[in-house]
Amino acid sequence: MSAISTDQPAAGSPAASRPGGGAARGRTGDAPPHGRERGGGEGGPLNVFSGAFLLLWAVLAAGPLLWVMVNSLRDSGSIQGAPFGWPDTLSLENFANAWSDADIGRYTLNSVIILAGSLPGTMLLGSMAAYVIARFSFRGNRAIYLLFAGGMMFPIILAVVPLFFVMDNLSLLDTRPGLILAYIAYSLPFTTFFMTAFFRTLPGSVAEAATIDGASHTRTFFQIMLPMAKPGLISIGIFNFLGQWNQYFLPLALNAENRERALLTQGLAELSVSQGYEGDWGALFAGLTIAMLPILVVYLVFQRQVQDGLTAGAVK
Amino acid sequence: MAVEEARGAGVGAAPRLSVGERALFAAAFVLPPRWTPRRVKTDRRYRTIDRYRFVCAFLFLPLAVYAVFVVSPFVQAFSYSLTDWTGYSADFTFVGLDNYARLADDSDFWASLGNSLTLLVLAPVATLGLGLFLAFMLKAGGRKRRNQAVSGVRGARFYTVLYFFPQVISVAIIGVVWAAVYDPITGPLNGLLEAVGLDGLTQLWLADRSLALWSVLFVLCWSFVGFYVVLFSAAMGAIPGDIYEAALLDGAGRATTFFRVTLPLIRDTVHTGWIYMGIQALDAFAIVHIMTINQGGPGNATLVTPVYLYKKAFDSGQAGYATAIGVVLLLVTMVFAAIMTLLSRRERIEY
Repeated sequence: MSAISTDQPAAGSPAASRPGGGAARGRTGDAPPHGRERGGGEGGPLNVFSGAFLLLWAVLAAGPLLWVMVNSLRDSGSIQGAPFGWPDTLSLENFANAWSDADIGRYTLNSVIILAGSLPGTMLLGSMAAYVIARFSFRGNRAIYLLFAGGMMFPIILAVVPLFFVMDNLSLLDTRPGLILAYIAYSLPFTTFFMTAFFRTLPGSVAEAATIDGASHTRTFFQIMLPMAKPGLISIGIFNFLGQWNQYFLPLALNAENRERALLTQGLAELSVSQGYEGDWGALFAGLTIAMLPILVVYLVFQRQVQDGLTAGAVK
Repeated sequence: MAVEEARGAGVGAAPRLSVGERALFAAAFVLPPRWTPRRVKTDRRYRTIDRYRFVCAFLFLPLAVYAVFVVSPFVQAFSYSLTDWTGYSADFTFVGLDNYARLADDSDFWASLGNSLTLLVLAPVATLGLGLFLAFMLKAGGRKRRNQAVSGVRGARFYTVLYFFPQVISVAIIGVVWAAVYDPITGPLNGLLEAVGLDGLTQLWLADRSLALWSVLFVLCWSFVGFYVVLFSAAMGAIPGDIYEAALLDGAGRATTFFRVTLPLIRDTVHTGWIYMGIQALDAFAIVHIMTINQGGPGNATLVTPVYLYKKAFDSGQAGYATAIGVVLLLVTMVFAAIMTLLSRRERIEY
């Protein structure tokens, strides 16, 4: 690492664990340095300006989400027409309403069920294809690689109409297996692309040793290569998890018929519309909080891996 | 095919195979390894068979799923775009380029394309500009320290963590949250303006024809700025510190350092990020579909091409026409990518 960023972890880790304190310290730290240091005069106003701007964007980025979470604790009547305010009493009534009346609980479960099939499926199929493409030479290798990689360029919306009827013809429309297969299929291009690059970086000597010891190709893959590819699998796993968990377009097109089977993203969008008629803002905000809080907590715990996982594709 | 391969591998030394042996080899290719006949296993050509069997077995499932659900719909899209298919019944007739001719006269389509192109141009400029600015401030906005040409602000890590929030939550949630934020009566945006005494600045936001698209643009930028701050911070962190030191010794200020040193050195990342953001801006489906009035309203103020396609396909039963819109959208995407690639043709800087 370069000299610029060596002080980052030290400055950042206490701040990250104490959000409020971190912000305050950041502000005092950016104040003009009393002309002690060389170049302080030049950097002074800019420091204040940049500090203020950094803080402003922090408020903008987290503000709306915090606002939703605070309002999820207020009762619906008091939210109407008064956007700001603290909850009078701590009541979880909104959450109960959202969870059972607005069916957020069921939608969450539906999303979990889909992910339970699609995420392992994506990882398995993606790394199988990637492994073969990366480490075996055969006729058509390059063509298959380009076929997968090319899938990243095409806008999914172009395929959606024919896909709808492909699903319909296979009687997979509005079924869980159908949605799982669609998730897997549309995650394959990037997963294969990323994992191919990753498998190419792994040393071949270990696999060779395994082959000499009599391990079959399949066994070498599952017991030697997959464990070695763990860092790559974690990155792409996080990427796929968030991408599939947050997917809105595919379920909207392929899973619209049966309300009981609606996913969390669909349920929230619907709640947003119905809330307009009923004015139950509290339940809406509680539903949103239920949907985003677990993800945010997981993100805060694994921030480094999540950031790496989501930006990995763009850096390659 | 397997037998051909096997024969190719065993040129010369191995004896020719009888018909029965060929059948055994073919069987070995299809069956799992544990049922491989002994006769085949002891043959020197077995390793090639084993390799090809493995390659085919591992590629079959991924390729099958991919071909059925991704490749075939894309290919079908082109042929459907030449038909008058409604999507409700199985029969349709070939109408040639009629759908495309109809597109030329469809004012709704042109309105949607105009909105999409506006987002395509403005969203990357705003998002990447802001991302670069914030990332540079985090990396070099700190107070000067001894022995360091530039220094990061305190709590830089804390800021990046916060900025990245919108990136991990669902775009559906983002749409619903911002619909609530923009709400003229209960939303905090107008509430904030009133609270600081700027009642005159309160707006209808998404209900205002002239402001709606800008409101969508802002949400689009808002949700991606954090991603670019992280991306650019990583790229800037990879620049060796002595380059900054040299710039400082030459008397470069912070602005000069940014435009003359940092920006040229992370050009590749900016370029990739630009294409990625452009593609996101061309999509913008979920935000518009969830957040705006009547999914693209008021009027056509926020109608983007993907949403128009979706409405045509699933609301008004014009599947053939909708796929024609999709083909045009693909063309726009490819033209955008081609322009960006042409603009980036320059020597890569190694450091």
